Amino acid sequence: MAGADRRAAREARQRLLPQGRLAGPMPWVIAIMMFLTVLTAAAGLALGAAVRSMGADLAGRATVQIVEADAEKRAALTQKIAASLRASSDVIAVRPVAAEKLAEQLAPWLGADAADADLPIPALIDVDVAPGDQAARIARIRQSLTALDKAIRVDGHAAYLEPLTALLAGLGWLAAGLVALMAIATAAIVVLAARGAHDSHRPTIEVLHLMGATDVQIARLFQRRIALDAAFGGALGFAGAAAVLAALGGRLMATGSDLLTAIGLPWAAWLALLALPVGGVLLATLAARWTVLRALGRAL
Amino acid sequence: MATIVQFENVGLRYGLDSETLSDVSFSLHGGGFYFLTGASGAGKTSLLKLLYLAQRPSRGVIRLFGEDVVTLPRKRLPGFRRRIGVVFQDFRLVPHLSAYDNIALPLRLSGMAEADVDAPVSEMLNWVGLADRAQARPATLSGGEQQRVAIARAVIARPEILVADEPTGNVDADMAQRLMTLFEALNRLGTTIVVATHDLPLISQVAGAQMMRLDKGRLADPTGSLRYPPRSQDMG
Ligand SMILES: Nc1ncnc2c1ncn2[C@@H]1O[C@H](COP(=O)(O)OP(=O)(O)OP(=O)(O)O)[C@@H](O)[C@H]1O
Ligand SMILES: [Mg+2]
Repeated sequence: MAGADRRAAREARQRLLPQGRLAGPMPWVIAIMMFLTVLTAAAGLALGAAVRSMGADLAGRATVQIVEADAEKRAALTQKIAASLRASSDVIAVRPVAAEKLAEQLAPWLGADAADADLPIPALIDVDVAPGDQAARIARIRQSLTALDKAIRVDGHAAYLEPLTALLAGLGWLAAGLVALMAIATAAIVVLAARGAHDSHRPTIEVLHLMGATDVQIARLFQRRIALDAAFGGALGFAGAAAVLAALGGRLMATGSDLLTAIGLPWAAWLALLALPVGGVLLATLAARWTVLRALGRAL
Repeated sequence: MATIVQFENVGLRYGLDSETLSDVSFSLHGGGFYFLTGASGAGKTSLLKLLYLAQRPSRGVIRLFGEDVVTLPRKRLPGFRRRIGVVFQDFRLVPHLSAYDNIALPLRLSGMAEADVDAPVSEMLNWVGLADRAQARPATLSGGEQQRVAIARAVIARPEILVADEPTGNVDADMAQRLMTLFEALNRLGTTIVVATHDLPLISQVAGAQMMRLDKGRLADPTGSLRYPPRSQDMG
């Protein structure tokens, strides 16, 4: 009964503004903005996810190089260092790289008989670092090993990718900036639309005012209608962008490339994207309310 | 009865024109029945606009229900406006609302439960003889029918003051008579009535009504004391 009454009251309120679109082409513009915003945000989130997954893979790895021309000394030093690494609490796995495998990898550059020649190829030991502040652990390993022998280099793998991750992070910030700009543009469109709607219903508003309607009562009428329009536009734009992202995701998987498939969107990212149309409707509602209240404030 | 409306040296100027209303001073008592007359352009509508808070005066003091409304902050205006019912000279019905919804507006704005709206609205529609036109849009109503909807809308929320600007301008003598009877009935229930009209015979119908006359923006009686009964002054 009370529910039916509220519904009837709501329907009566909805009749106060004429049926149909209140804000002209605003829903379509919002649809386009939402489409672009979702795609941009998805690109940003995907880059972020890629940076993180590459970082997570690589931050835990380091390679120890033992540069020593004398093969016997090199072998002895390698033994000693491997033992020292195994003893370290910063290290969870130690894998000396077999000399043949290294030669195989260097063959394209040095020629097939490089390993046979007396070229001083360094010995390598791959190390998996224990989790938790791995950069600090690698620094500690480096310190203790260089104390053993000057000829030892420790390279954290994350360092190799630093320029790439920096680039990707920069692109991520660019995406965030674009999303912010589009939010501002969306708010501006809503302000214009709400102002237009207010102007074209001025006579009705004046009568309502003179009958004792408060500004908030009147603003609610507009805010509700504009929210509905924005929800329509937001849903349309989001659906379009989601379709594009799904299609692109399929293509990425089809490449089979490790780097490209790392650019997938995790579930949390989809939730973040879903928050965009919701946030858009909220933004539109607030912008409409603010605009109409301001316009009403200029009347008596 | 207590003073419910008080004007002191009120002046109104639209833009840079000369004053439309000058030195208007009078007071109305709660429960009174007042007519406002004057030639076309004398400033009747302008004076009523000040009274129903559609306009602020350029100078002077206006008190409604004992409070100075000239300096009232905007956010307190709705509370005062809800105590005043207005029949506008140009009706100002909301064009996309049915007669029924137009009449129900004041009740709904005041937050009345939807279930309680129907009885008074239907009663009002009956009263003004428009029960069968309840769902009609204003554009499909005759001038007189629109005027009756406007009157029903003005009185439905039982305002303390009813302000009517030429409420009988578009209806025949018979309907004018019925509307006056309605106004008198409201007046007996305690509503203060202010009616602007050219229709002098109408004024003479309401026993005990008082009359103010505007002449070129000034109250014709500079003392501001109202003349009554109206018959003795204007019909002679
Ligand atoms: N909004 C306005 N802006 C400028 N001048 C106005 C405005 N409203 C009214 N006037 C002028 O003020 C004067 C008084 O107008 P008003 O409408 O109060 O007269 P009235 O007595 O109600 O006339 P009528 O009997 O024809 O309705 C007129 O000269 C009119 O032109
Ligand atoms: Mg007038």
